[in-house]
Amino acid sequence: MIEIKDVRKSFGDKEILKGVNAVMETGKTNLIIGTSGSGKTVLQKCLVGLYEVDAGQIIFDGRDLTTMAQEDRKELRQQIGMLFQGSALFDSMTVEKNIRFPLDMFTNWSSAKKLARVNDVLARVELEGVNKRFPAEISGGMMKRVGIARAIVLNPKYLFCDEPNSGLDPQTSLVIDKLIHDITVENNMTTIINTHDMNSVMEIGENILYLSQGEKEWEGNSHDLIFSTHDKLNDFIFASAFLKDAKDMRTLELRGIVDNDRNMGDILDGTEDLVMKNADFTDNKQVNQ
Amino acid sequence: MKFFTILGSYLKMIKGMFTKAENAKMYWKELMTQSVEIGYGALGIVCIISIFMGAVSTIQTAYQLTSPLVPKETIAQVVRDTVILEFAPTLVCIVLAGVIGSKIAGELGNMRVSEQIDALEIMGINTKSYLIAPKILGALITIPLLVVLAMVLGIYGGRLAGSLAGIIATDTFDRGLISNFTPKNVWFSILKGYTFAFIISSISAFYGYNVKGGALEIGRASTTAVIVSCVLILIADFVLSFFLL
Repeated sequence: MIEIKDVRKSFGDKEILKGVNAVMETGKTNLIIGTSGSGKTVLQKCLVGLYEVDAGQIIFDGRDLTTMAQEDRKELRQQIGMLFQGSALFDSMTVEKNIRFPLDMFTNWSSAKKLARVNDVLARVELEGVNKRFPAEISGGMMKRVGIARAIVLNPKYLFCDEPNSGLDPQTSLVIDKLIHDITVENNMTTIINTHDMNSVMEIGENILYLSQGEKEWEGNSHDLIFSTHDKLNDFIFASAFLKDAKDMRTLELRGIVDNDRNMGDILDGTEDLVMKNADFTDNKQVNQ
Repeated sequence: MKFFTILGSYLKMIKGMFTKAENAKMYWKELMTQSVEIGYGALGIVCIISIFMGAVSTIQTAYQLTSPLVPKETIAQVVRDTVILEFAPTLVCIVLAGVIGSKIAGELGNMRVSEQIDALEIMGINTKSYLIAPKILGALITIPLLVVLAMVLGIYGGRLAGSLAGIIATDTFDRGLISNFTPKNVWFSILKGYTFAFIISSISAFYGYNVKGGALEIGRASTTAVIVSCVLILIADFVLSFFLL
């Protein structure tokens, strides 16, 4: 568990984080969402220690990062895995060497044991057989997976992901999201994901922190999000008319007003009717408010 | 004020390199990689410029020494001392500032921009000691060796050019080489090599490591690193010559 207590960070005169409080739970995918410039990247960099906070506490299972000695901080960092927006793979190394790097640096394992572990994590991210390829020779989605493999190779307690789906197509994004979620549950990790990807929010948002202009505006899960009446949040998440309609539809569905078995094909080809329970648009409008 | 800020950051970077290695074996591996890349990578250009610089200095010295009262051996002495004292350490290191300096700044700048340095930091690795120290040590090992090689090849190039152009016979050149030879000059030149190696590697690493922005800034950092290194080499050359000769 990571507790964020009144974290503040400024660059010059500009205050980026204005006293953020949150709890990132273990075994869950914790999402930090917000518009560009809302402070989510700065918050994540504060959490991993790349930026020093001006005030506040960041407590990793009882250990306060902000007051930690350098040596303790180095030790803590070995329990942190991070997937970067651009994957940040070492471009002069093969996929295998990239993943093996933390093992070479921090373990005294034999070469055979290291190779076995590399192959294990590659298999976990469904990327067998790419050991000898260089990052430039693989696709964006594969790079993300290699990034995940490198991040989890030392079995970290905390996994940070910065925009894991940026630059990926929606289908690959879902695969990456599912992978991160499954790994989090399997290893009981505390996972923190920075994203503004709507799919990720709805699919794996077990604990969502919405930041706006450096302040926490809202906190909840993807279910709460559907029923949220927070205007700013709704404008951010359900930005397009299509997504607004989808929210309305999902709200009706969750309230049992509409049946949706995710098989709209039958309805569209006319073999089945859309079932409206208590079909009353007044009720629908009330839900929207 | 900006000068002191930069100097402060530079000194902080140097101080930050002196920490306990996370894994000595990995650091040793990195040192060997950097030594090969810096030394072997610049070998070709050092050989070419050394031979031609020696050859040109023989021809130009002969061109200026027209008096029949000056013995031919003097040409070899002038070429020897010019190559050992100035050409081999200073000229070669200015070229190396371009070759190695831009490579170091570009490599670190790219790692910074693509978040590879952040990735290493998050793993708990001291990036200053893992990325910068091996480059500086690698340069300190290989650049003085390249300077010695440049001395040998420069003098050989002068001897070859003198003989091929019919300016000075090889045996006369050899006699000139050993007359009034001062071994101190060689040590002085090697000392210059160490000083310049430190300047080239640390300045380039500093500008590369602190790149902010994108690809354009990497190019700017490389250019700045080369310019600052060249200027500092010339200043150090003057200071060392003034106090030690």
